[in-house]
Amino acid sequence: MSAGASGRRLFGLLAEFRSPEELLQACRQIRDAGYRSWDAHTPFPVHGLEAAMGIRHTVLPWLVLCGGLAGALGGLLLQWWTNALDYPLIVSGKPLWSLPANIPVAFEMTILLSAVTAFFGMFALNRLPRFSHPAFRSARFRRATTDGFFVTIEADDPRFDVEGTEQLLRSLGASAVEWLEDEED
Amino acid sequence: MAEAVLDERALDNTSDDPRRRAPLVLGANDLVTITDKVCRVPEAPRMPRAWYVALCVSAAFTAVLAAMIGYLVFTGVGVWGLNRPVGWAFDITNFVFWVGIGHAGTLISAILFLFRQSWRTAINRSAEAMTIFAVVCAGLFPAIHVGRIWVIYWVFPYPNQMAVWPNFRSPLLWDVFAVGTYLVVSVLFWYMGMVPDLATLRDRATTRARHLVYGVLAMGWRGSARHWHRYEKAYLLLAALATPLVLSVHSVVSFDFAVSMLPGWHTTIFPPYFVAGAIFSGFGMVLTLLVPARELFGLKDVITLRHLDNMCKIVVATGSIVGYAYAVEFFVAWYGQNEYELFTFLNRALGPYGWCYWTMVSCNVVLPQLFWSGKLRRTPWVVFGLSLVVNVGMWFERFVIIVSSLHRDYLPSSWGFYKPTWVEILTLMGSFGLFFTLFLLFLRFLPMVAMAEVKAVMPRPAAEEPEHEVAARALAGRGGSGEPT
Repeated sequence: MSAGASGRRLFGLLAEFRSPEELLQACRQIRDAGYRSWDAHTPFPVHGLEAAMGIRHTVLPWLVLCGGLAGALGGLLLQWWTNALDYPLIVSGKPLWSLPANIPVAFEMTILLSAVTAFFGMFALNRLPRFSHPAFRSARFRRATTDGFFVTIEADDPRFDVEGTEQLLRSLGASAVEWLEDEED
Repeated sequence: MAEAVLDERALDNTSDDPRRRAPLVLGANDLVTITDKVCRVPEAPRMPRAWYVALCVSAAFTAVLAAMIGYLVFTGVGVWGLNRPVGWAFDITNFVFWVGIGHAGTLISAILFLFRQSWRTAINRSAEAMTIFAVVCAGLFPAIHVGRIWVIYWVFPYPNQMAVWPNFRSPLLWDVFAVGTYLVVSVLFWYMGMVPDLATLRDRATTRARHLVYGVLAMGWRGSARHWHRYEKAYLLLAALATPLVLSVHSVVSFDFAVSMLPGWHTTIFPPYFVAGAIFSGFGMVLTLLVPARELFGLKDVITLRHLDNMCKIVVATGSIVGYAYAVEFFVAWYGQNEYELFTFLNRALGPYGWCYWTMVSCNVVLPQLFWSGKLRRTPWVVFGLSLVVNVGMWFERFVIIVSSLHRDYLPSSWGFYKPTWVEILTLMGSFGLFFTLFLLFLRFLPMVAMAEVKAVMPRPAAEEPEHEVAARALAGRGGSGEPT
């Protein structure tokens, strides 16, 4: 509770809830109160939290589709260019370019590029890796990966006001509310 | 004494009472105790004595593997017993065997996920680890069998001074792409699933070193709901991609044989037959690893009897599919009226390698039928014993397919006989050493149960349970969410 004392800027408020059900209830209220820069933190994905927080669908599947198409096209082009064009290779008198023999490699390339896009796309959209975050300064927050259910509301939210927001969190049944200091010294 | 009886009852979740869903996690466990239970293993200052013994033995075999590969590379492929007409034997048998082992891990992590089989959460992490280590062992064999191992990179299509490209019509090159993709996707899927659990280990770390190492591996995961949303989407996509992938990998491996003209290999049922065999052998290996692991690390309430029971059912199902494939092969050999093919199959069962064939049939088709008995499926030592039998049988299956087809083909004048040399036998044993070493190290340093996923499917405390479930439990008369009553 010493945002002013250490001279650091306030990052936001951290509130803990006792159960996923209480967290869901609180998130609906915070969403309806019109906050935008806020988040919930849970040890496992809680069902219904996306709707309760009003999270929009991620663009990730479309990225993966593009990755898959690039893989399929790349796999076919690779085989066509290498075996039919750059170094024409006649095997068993078959045509230089015949699709059936090229399906397995094109298929594997499709899967490979889609999976790589899904993995790296997910972390990129989540802005991870990020090794430092104001919430990590809180000892209480360590339980977010074990059994703690948290909400953070950031100070740069237009609706944020230290007393009002803290009041709101407490009225929603938070078992504890903490101030989080910003990272920059 | 009375306590022990209660304990056994509390750990039995195998009853199929339709009025209630069997709990996936037993005992008086909550989010904290589950975390403690799983993290305790990588956080313990020392491991159980059995772990050290196992590590010493498997590390010794890994050293043997390294020595055998060194001997092979410095002397040449002549140290193996390969010669005309048997140009493939232990090397490719081991390759197909190990790739197949991997398939159970992907089936558990991807296919069972798509089918919403929540019980997979307790075993998917270790099964996926098994997949990766099995694929590592598998990849070794094609690499070392090429003779001039130092130019193995020629299999990749890269621009080179020789101005030639690999032949993309060859199933051997398809294998490079299939197994390579399989390894990459398995590692990505496994690692992504582990990130939230690595964050748990980071947040529980008591030393600076652990905090740093697990912190870097966890990539700053902080359980944000906005992150979970994309994470779950990525997980679903990876599962949906890994499902056709895993079916394609062993299909492509079977093309190595099916696309050739050799009787005994040139068979259209190979892809589904190989995939079923792969899943069968993989579940055998999962059971071989998990039956001792759950005893050793006190995870009997997480990896429950019901998990063993379910896996044994898959073993008996896939084992029977494999048995059906054996029968169909014989039927087609007779029905097709191709004298070479008919000879190959008769020779397989009655020729000089007949004892291998009958070992395969007894281990893969006959003995797994014991799993029709529910009592045996729930007796861990029986399960462990039969899982070893499955491993042996599936290794022999690949040996039989490869060697018995090669050694007597169209021309009797070019028939031959193959015997492995001591180098090949030690290389096979060494690959088991490598596999078990990697798995033991995984148990030591990484969370062997997907904690975040188990937490999401845990029974809730009674207060939050819908009333009809509580009532059903009272009727059933057994400890519902597991409290010994």
